[in-house]
Amino acid sequence: MLKINSIEKTFNPGTINEKKALDGVSLHLKPGDFVTIIGGNGAGKSTLMNAITGVWPVDNGSITLDGINVTGLPEYKRAKYIGRVFQDPMMGTAPDMQIIENLALAYRRGKTRTLKWGITKREKVLFHEQLKILGLGLEDRMTSKVGLLSGGQRQALTLLMASLQKPKLLLLDEHTAALDPTTAAKVLEISEEIIDKDNLTAMMITHNMHDAIAHGNRLIMMNNGQIIYDVEGEEKKKLTKEDLMKKFAEIAGSEAESDKMLLS
Amino acid sequence: MISYFESLHIGNLIDSLPGAVAQGIIWGIMALGVYITFRLLDVADLSVDGTFTTGGAVTVMMRLAHYPIWACLIVAVLAGLIAGTVTGVLHTKLGIPAILAGILTQLALYSINLKIMDMSANQSFAFNEDGLWISLGNVPMAILVSAIFALAIIVLLYWYFGTEQGSALRATGSNHSMSSAQGININTMKIIGLAISNGIVALSGGLMTQYQGFADINMGRGAIVTGLAAVIIGEVIGMAILGKRMNFWGKLFFIVIGGILYYVVVAVVLWLKLDSNYLKLFTAVIVALFLAVPYLKKKSKSSFKRAKKKGAKLDAENK
Repeated sequence: MLKINSIEKTFNPGTINEKKALDGVSLHLKPGDFVTIIGGNGAGKSTLMNAITGVWPVDNGSITLDGINVTGLPEYKRAKYIGRVFQDPMMGTAPDMQIIENLALAYRRGKTRTLKWGITKREKVLFHEQLKILGLGLEDRMTSKVGLLSGGQRQALTLLMASLQKPKLLLLDEHTAALDPTTAAKVLEISEEIIDKDNLTAMMITHNMHDAIAHGNRLIMMNNGQIIYDVEGEEKKKLTKEDLMKKFAEIAGSEAESDKMLLS
Repeated sequence: MISYFESLHIGNLIDSLPGAVAQGIIWGIMALGVYITFRLLDVADLSVDGTFTTGGAVTVMMRLAHYPIWACLIVAVLAGLIAGTVTGVLHTKLGIPAILAGILTQLALYSINLKIMDMSANQSFAFNEDGLWISLGNVPMAILVSAIFALAIIVLLYWYFGTEQGSALRATGSNHSMSSAQGININTMKIIGLAISNGIVALSGGLMTQYQGFADINMGRGAIVTGLAAVIIGEVIGMAILGKRMNFWGKLFFIVIGGILYYVVVAVVLWLKLDSNYLKLFTAVIVALFLAVPYLKKKSKSSFKRAKKKGAKLDAENK
């Protein structure tokens, strides 16, 4: 489904702030794979997602999605194939627009925006049903401005928007990190449901070791812009938090010590 | 002092009101254009000072060449669309900050407007000639026709911003990262928004030229501020009257009302025999006040000063 071939990205090349954020990352995902990604700060996790969504072009390497080479496509064109939920709940929705308008925009992801009316009657019914599934009562306030919603509600809505048009790839970038524990659990549960229901191919960055182990069929660990550990299937199921900590220290060496705290 | 008050006749004020209403509606149309960029796209577009004049210049020159008035207005709108596109391209494709892009277009338009007007600072035709839709010579008619124009534009804007493309444009103004993630080309949307906005502003300039019978190279100076004044006055009045029932129709409608109110206030100021040269200062102060009030209100609810006072009070009670 997703084929990443040794991509590289260096920020601020030739300056004192030069940072090799992605250093030859290769990754192949099969359809239906659900990968969790862990790693310390600055390991390149979010950079990898930005490379996949096309926030900027990569320096080297290629990215192919379901047979389509997207390496040369800008973000708004790749959006046709990719659903994304950001870490910041404010980033995924338009605050000045109604819940239903946000959904209608997402429903047209990847399609030409014509001069036809922005929301049809049929869609209103569909959105009502979909919102009901979230179980947050949003279906009763479809014309409320999204800016009035809480962070958790906005993340749940963003999730729904990302999956409304079945994406070839769903990217979750620490999407529960800014939420309180209860809401985070709820949003994670909704994510799992959505991924299961449509059998989506998904990637999820998390700082929570427990979540990384509990969710998905595959786990990768990143450090210094490289994938340093990749485990799937039965082997992943048997993983424990301690295993991961040990693995991390072993592969990444002493520089990982400072990151241990962040991961625990 | 007494002679000053004796010199003010309420009749004079009443006589000047219809003209103020007509001008107010025309500026209200201009403000609808400003609203698109300022509120919906979240861009302060200063090119409108130039495009308002461009609309006027095109109208007066085509009129002098005996073109029918509808043709003058259509070309005026086209000129505005082009000018807005230029600002949009400068901003999005060439990476120039929006405010500076607008200023550059505005500056360039000064020369272009002069060229359109045959290198003359003003051009006029007889305002009572035949074939005009709006004219000082028939103010009630002017009010009616400009109101029809305003209404037509409100209906068009309401429709457009409800379509798929219009919704994408609103999303662009509301959240860039969300828009890109939903497959919206935000650069294209910004260019379209700036083009439409300037097209409407140029139309308004064309109507104003028709009304007063001339175009002046400086007629657009400060247009952005007048437009903002109308938008803000309209929003405040609209919220006061409609409150929570304020919808998109209401917003657009009250912007035109804001334009009218602004010109009524101007009429009163002139009636009070204040030097009209101070009008721009007056407008700037009004707009600054209206922009500052919501901010100061919010701040007064949560300020360090207040926190200090409250804290001191609590400490005193606990002693």
